[in-house]
Amino acid sequence: MSQKQEEENPAEETGEEKQEKEGLLPERAEEAKLKAKYPSLGQKPGGSDFLMKRLQKGQKYFDSGDYNMAKAKMKNKQLPSAGPDKNLVTGDHIPTPQDLPQRKSSLVTSKLAG
Amino acid sequence: GRVKEMNTYAWPTVFGGAGGESERTRADIISTVEFNYSGDLLATGDKGGRVVIFQREQENKSRPHSRGEYNVYSTFQSHEPEFDYLKSLEIEEKINKIRWLPQQNAAHFLLSTNDKTIKLWKISERDKRAEGYNLKDEDGRLRDPFRITALRVPILKPMDLMVEASPRRIFANAHTYHINSISVNSDHETYLSADDLRINLWHLEITDRSFNIVDIKPANMEELTEVITAAEFHPHQCNVFVYSSSKGTIRLCDMRSSALCDRHSKFFEEPEDPSSRSFFSEIISSISDVKFSHSGRYMMTRDYLSVKVWDLNMESRPVETHQVHEYLRSKLCSLYENDCIFDKFECCWNGSDSAIMTGSYNNFFRMFDRDTRRDVTLEASRESSKPRASLKPRKVCTGGKRKKDEISVDSLDFNKKILHTAWHPADNVIAVAATNNLYIFQDKIN
Repeated sequence: MSQKQEEENPAEETGEEKQEKEGLLPERAEEAKLKAKYPSLGQKPGGSDFLMKRLQKGQKYFDSGDYNMAKAKMKNKQLPSAGPDKNLVTGDHIPTPQDLPQRKSSLVTSKLAG
Repeated sequence: GRVKEMNTYAWPTVFGGAGGESERTRADIISTVEFNYSGDLLATGDKGGRVVIFQREQENKSRPHSRGEYNVYSTFQSHEPEFDYLKSLEIEEKINKIRWLPQQNAAHFLLSTNDKTIKLWKISERDKRAEGYNLKDEDGRLRDPFRITALRVPILKPMDLMVEASPRRIFANAHTYHINSISVNSDHETYLSADDLRINLWHLEITDRSFNIVDIKPANMEELTEVITAAEFHPHQCNVFVYSSSKGTIRLCDMRSSALCDRHSKFFEEPEDPSSRSFFSEIISSISDVKFSHSGRYMMTRDYLSVKVWDLNMESRPVETHQVHEYLRSKLCSLYENDCIFDKFECCWNGSDSAIMTGSYNNFFRMFDRDTRRDVTLEASRESSKPRASLKPRKVCTGGKRKKDEISVDSLDFNKKILHTAWHPADNVIAVAATNNLYIFQDKIN
């Protein structure tokens, strides 16, 4: 069932690993690569960051209540703008009326039906 | 099923536009594929909330090349985009799952669901219409009653077949989180719907009430450690269902033992070697699909890299593990960065439970013969689907010298995902959804 793996990346651990652990080395090497790119990545492996993101999936739209609350909170500062990437919604950024994505129409016959 | 059968899939019928990924065609992405109980009907749901149903042609001797081909039978808009005003969130119209009801009369019924609402659709044929009404003309204009001098009995005349779909029940407002599964019970009266944290039991006739049977929401959401990823009723025992989790576990519940099934009857988990644990371990162990075998004796789970078959009588570990694309283990870093590591692949059994099928990337899909322990990789693409030629097995080269006809891991197209496949309940006919195209392959041997 487990296949002999061709090693893509030379292991960071030295070759004390036995034959049966060969399949695990790529995963650990990948983990090291990821941590090198994103050192601030959470200590908790996998964990609840993904779960919370999953539970909240869905396009957030402009909400006048949120917008006015945010404006009131930052009455002295400028409201954070959308920036070059209009689809990125992070932190306190509340979508403004200007950067609403165009709502597509889906009331068209499926191409599968010819 | 023998190896020979697996290698001789041919006769593709391909539905869908040839266009690539673009804003216009995003709604065309197929999100679910399901045969009905007889296999004569095949339903697909897409991101745009539409359902398309295909019907198998009756084989007849005068057209031997028709070979039971599938043609479009009906199409309708099942769900439309909605808006949750309280949270300012859009509710996608994407059809997450379709499940057929067993046929009880001339009409066909199916359940289709998006993230929040399940609908029961009736699909019926009309091939006659009445003519000779007394009070109105053939074009529908009302006749002047004073000019009617004789009564006639309307007669039924044949007309061109019309297939109508109408929503018979709407099961709404029962899920706070996103529905990932629906499953019709073997009692043919009830069904379950599962979201990330809860599972509800419905009666097909009752839309204003559902019964919560599983609730894993913690009192404090900060303590959330796992979510429900899939759920299914046992094919024969109407009191038994299973649900899988994002931690790679499966719980089997018995509705006879208690009303609220938070405590499982059986708990299936493969022991993990703690020394092999990495950042990715939990993510790739998350089960994206769980399916009972037709026999009801086994169940199959799909995680990111493998398909596992479990004997319901053994909770300690699976009885079979099939590697789908183990070569991706050394690509997990980039697969995490491009979110592919979160792709949810489904899996399915053939009619006799002797073979299983699941999708992969680059429009590849994999079949495993459980008896002979052989497996094959096939491709669903227009280039490789010539009408009479068998599908050629594909091979991914994992390193070193690449042979002719092999494709290297780095050349795989991760945007071409096959997440949804279906197998005819009795025959060797398979349906494979490749983004916005549907491929139906038949076994050449027939």
